[in-house]
Amino acid sequence: MSSVSATIQDVFNEPGCAKNAGKSEKEKKKGCTKQLQPGGAAGGCAFDGAKIALQPITDVAHLVHGPIACEGNSWDNRGAFSSGSSLYRTGFTTDINETDVVFGGEKRLYKSIKEIIEKYNPPSVFVYQTCVPAMIGDDIDAVCKAASKKFGKPIVPVNSPGFVGPKNLGNKLAGEALLAHVIGTVEPEYTTPYDVNIIGEYNLAGEMWQVEPLLKEIGFRIISCISGDAKYNEVAQAHRAKATMMVCSKAMINITRKLEDRYGIPYFEGSFYGIGDMSDSIRQLAQLVIDQGAPPEFMDRAEAVIAREEKKAWEAMAAYTPRLKGKKVLLITGGVKSWSVVAALQEVGLEIVGTSVKKSTKEDKERIKELMGEDAHAFDDMSPREMYNMLKDARADIMLSGGRSQFIALKASMPWLDINQERHHAYAGYEGMVALVKEIDKALYNPIWEQVRRAAPWQNPAETWQAKAEAEAAREAAELAADPAKAEAKRRSKKICKCKSVDLGTIEDAIRTGSLKTVADVTAATNAGGGCTGCCGTIEDIIADVLQPAEAVVLDPVQAEEKRRAKKVCNCKEVTVGAIEDAIRAKGLSTVAEVTAETEAGSGCGSCGETVEEILGEVLASVPRIAAE
Amino acid sequence: MAIVKFNKKACTVNPLKMSQPVGGALAFMGVKDAMPLFHGSQGCTSFGLVLFVRHFKEAIPLQTTAMSEVATVLGGYENVEQAIVNISNKQKARLIGICSTGVTETKGDDVDAYIKLVRQQHPELEHVSLVYVSTPDFKDAFQDGWEKTVAKIIETLVKPVEVDAPRNPKKLVVLPGSHLTPGDLDELRDIIEAFGLEPYFLPDLAGSLDGHIPEDFTPTTLGGISLEEIADLGDAFHAIALGSHMRLAAETLEKKAGIPFRIFDRMIGLIPTDEFIAHLAAISGREVPNKIKRQRGQLVDAMLDGHFHTGGKKLAIGLEPDFLYDLSNFLHEMGCKIEVAVTTNDKPILEQVPIEEVLVGDLEDFEKMAPGCDLLITHAHGRQAADRLHIPLFRMGLPIFDRLGAAHITSVGYRGARDLIFKIANVFIENMHVVRPDTWYPHPVEGHASEHAPASTTH
Repeated sequence: MSSVSATIQDVFNEPGCAKNAGKSEKEKKKGCTKQLQPGGAAGGCAFDGAKIALQPITDVAHLVHGPIACEGNSWDNRGAFSSGSSLYRTGFTTDINETDVVFGGEKRLYKSIKEIIEKYNPPSVFVYQTCVPAMIGDDIDAVCKAASKKFGKPIVPVNSPGFVGPKNLGNKLAGEALLAHVIGTVEPEYTTPYDVNIIGEYNLAGEMWQVEPLLKEIGFRIISCISGDAKYNEVAQAHRAKATMMVCSKAMINITRKLEDRYGIPYFEGSFYGIGDMSDSIRQLAQLVIDQGAPPEFMDRAEAVIAREEKKAWEAMAAYTPRLKGKKVLLITGGVKSWSVVAALQEVGLEIVGTSVKKSTKEDKERIKELMGEDAHAFDDMSPREMYNMLKDARADIMLSGGRSQFIALKASMPWLDINQERHHAYAGYEGMVALVKEIDKALYNPIWEQVRRAAPWQNPAETWQAKAEAEAAREAAELAADPAKAEAKRRSKKICKCKSVDLGTIEDAIRTGSLKTVADVTAATNAGGGCTGCCGTIEDIIADVLQPAEAVVLDPVQAEEKRRAKKVCNCKEVTVGAIEDAIRAKGLSTVAEVTAETEAGSGCGSCGETVEEILGEVLASVPRIAAE
Repeated sequence: MAIVKFNKKACTVNPLKMSQPVGGALAFMGVKDAMPLFHGSQGCTSFGLVLFVRHFKEAIPLQTTAMSEVATVLGGYENVEQAIVNISNKQKARLIGICSTGVTETKGDDVDAYIKLVRQQHPELEHVSLVYVSTPDFKDAFQDGWEKTVAKIIETLVKPVEVDAPRNPKKLVVLPGSHLTPGDLDELRDIIEAFGLEPYFLPDLAGSLDGHIPEDFTPTTLGGISLEEIADLGDAFHAIALGSHMRLAAETLEKKAGIPFRIFDRMIGLIPTDEFIAHLAAISGREVPNKIKRQRGQLVDAMLDGHFHTGGKKLAIGLEPDFLYDLSNFLHEMGCKIEVAVTTNDKPILEQVPIEEVLVGDLEDFEKMAPGCDLLITHAHGRQAADRLHIPLFRMGLPIFDRLGAAHITSVGYRGARDLIFKIANVFIENMHVVRPDTWYPHPVEGHASEHAPASTTH
């Protein structure tokens, strides 16, 4: 097991991960995974994560070494598509029994590999370690090594037993397995200046096929996609690409960065969701291969395809504008987070929870951020009644979300659209955006909503749960209005840190009584921010709000301005407000991407993108427009 | 009499089997205000959760003690304690049903002792019932987890009653096996109530996982038999257990409260339903209601209409032991020939499957033996085999994740059997062999061969 824990330590030291770079040594040791709460956790385990990351490799036999639960309860349940082999959908498991637990399962594992090679002859077998064999000390590395030698095929150990951590750690451990055993082991027949890797794309619902043809048309050669619709040999050639695009998530940042370290392959993080992001990603990928030696004209080819596809997509979506204009969408997701999806939805006239991001005030934005930023977990405990009230409050016509909230939304008789991993529709690229708009239209205009909301004939309309919910909400609002103390209590009861369950009041009190000045102080005093650290920004704002009155007296305007400019926007790359403002003014920047390119702000974890956008908006608003509209 | 054989493979390919704890969790889901809890790593829970979500298309209550590597080695008392406290406080569960998993059984966590300690440490949680079942993943299967859990619920929660205590002459305890759907339970409830009896189902999935719109949503189970009803089961006058694996539960109830029981190991088809109805008439002292008499006529007619299509058809069936036994006998009685029978683990009842050999194996074995069959019957994971073999698949069991209405598939009672015949016969009709000029005397080859696999559809 020592090698697994060493690998985990290595993964936690990921310098490419911005969140990680901001942590102390001690925090890093603890890892990027929040401590799981017994009785309050819902996610998958590290094994699950490793399997999700690698299973889309289609021609490999994925063998799970463990008791029946690990494979038997879950096999063939992912929507990753294949254009070739379907071997990846075959469930292989050693299904160890009591005897194996007592005497060890290595022999059974070895025999299993042998049987698979005899029957299915795959180019490689991936062996996944699980908790029970890890506990009894089955050395899968040794078994795989012996089997590789014996059968003359790469047998790849994936050391990611469930109990070492959550799903996202498993993603990274899977990446480590590829780096250690697969990538760099096969040389391509030839290379071109346009060879690229796409990493972190799983071809769910066939989304890769909404993107790949366009990239090919432009002239890219996708030498390796990890891992959507991939073949073993392609993955093994990833080290010969000229550039890497890391799709959206942090899941496989370790592969991406180590490809850069070891083979000098530059990378960028992009997304295929939303028209703007799709075009930006194509441009960035083209720029990277041009920087690596491809002719500069290559960009023209990219721009031509972008222009054509954007036009086509906007035209297709414009048809929906009359039907969707003014409809309100509540977007709750841990999945499709891209702001460019929001932008595209707005373009067809949809409003995101009653406001517009481009034109909205800071408060509006905060509110959207609040509604969007939290993933579906927050809604697990919500009753249909509360959900109904929330949707009514937001005056939303449809909810887009993932995960379990769907059942509650549907039970609350709300139109709902699935945008999580189990979705059945592909929403990537230009075609995908059109598909998303079409699905929203289909969901909104389905005639069932009017019927399912009707009371049964024997039911008093005033006694339906919808009516009760409304009455309850009205009563609560009246109570709050009549009683300022109660309203204050409600304000203070707002949960700031979801991981450690700390509310606003507790934090405010701690700041006041302990005159705390930093987030670290608050975390030490209240535990808030001690989990996923996602709320640290909010805590910073709370500190500012609480301390402001006192400090405002002390600071003169010059000092205040200095302090304002010194505030770090991008923690990953340590870029301040001042630096960003200066760059925007000096270079005449007008998009977030440009700011990122110029200052590096937002090139880490990307979580400051919204703040950068805000700053950009403020600066641009203060500079008279030169260009004609 | 069938002989049970085991495949000799080291590697299970395309598992038919699911693990014990998920069977246990499903049993807990038939109790109101309950939260099943897996004592294991969080993946154990999330796999089970996804399995049920995809089958029932409902939010599923299932929690985890989230054992980390270190906790697993040092022992999980703190995790169990925290989980119980959190579930009691946050989700307001009134019953926490704890199932162990492979990880915690390998370490050997003594959960019974943990529960005692939790009781001492947390007197404030007195109102929360705790039931623990040992269900290691590396032993037995789904049906066994269900069986042990129902027995443990009875042992822990039913108040003891003297054998000669006064009894409620209408109160009937029904102990359904893991293979019965919420739809089956609703059908049985209808039938039993028609005899003027009051059935209490333990567990009652029809109350919790039938997909209703609840007045108010709770993170625990949405319905099912309540804890009070379970506690008071003891004054029932009679119990019936459905499926041979419910014997343990029935015996436990008899020991605890002196309730006499009868086991019906078969529920599908004319003869089993006749026996069941006759028994209800006998214990209720009432005549069989007219509507049920009419339903019997309909079943007999369906058998007559259906036998033209089912007669001589060759079937491959892959199900858990009790369901395999029940369904294969029913289809055998409809004239089908059971060519392949694959199941998850060895049980005495398998001897009575109408076939020479029952194989304890996986869906790879199933697929290998199935060519030549007219129909595959197994859970949704049979879809890959059906595609490759061009044989239609009739989905039964759990999980059925690629079709709607899994909770309402009804095969018990006269009506259930009647509809099942129609559905299966329709698959045969749809895939009827079409004759062509060269069916009997092949023409000399023109161009390429006219051998085409018949188009098949799946259900």
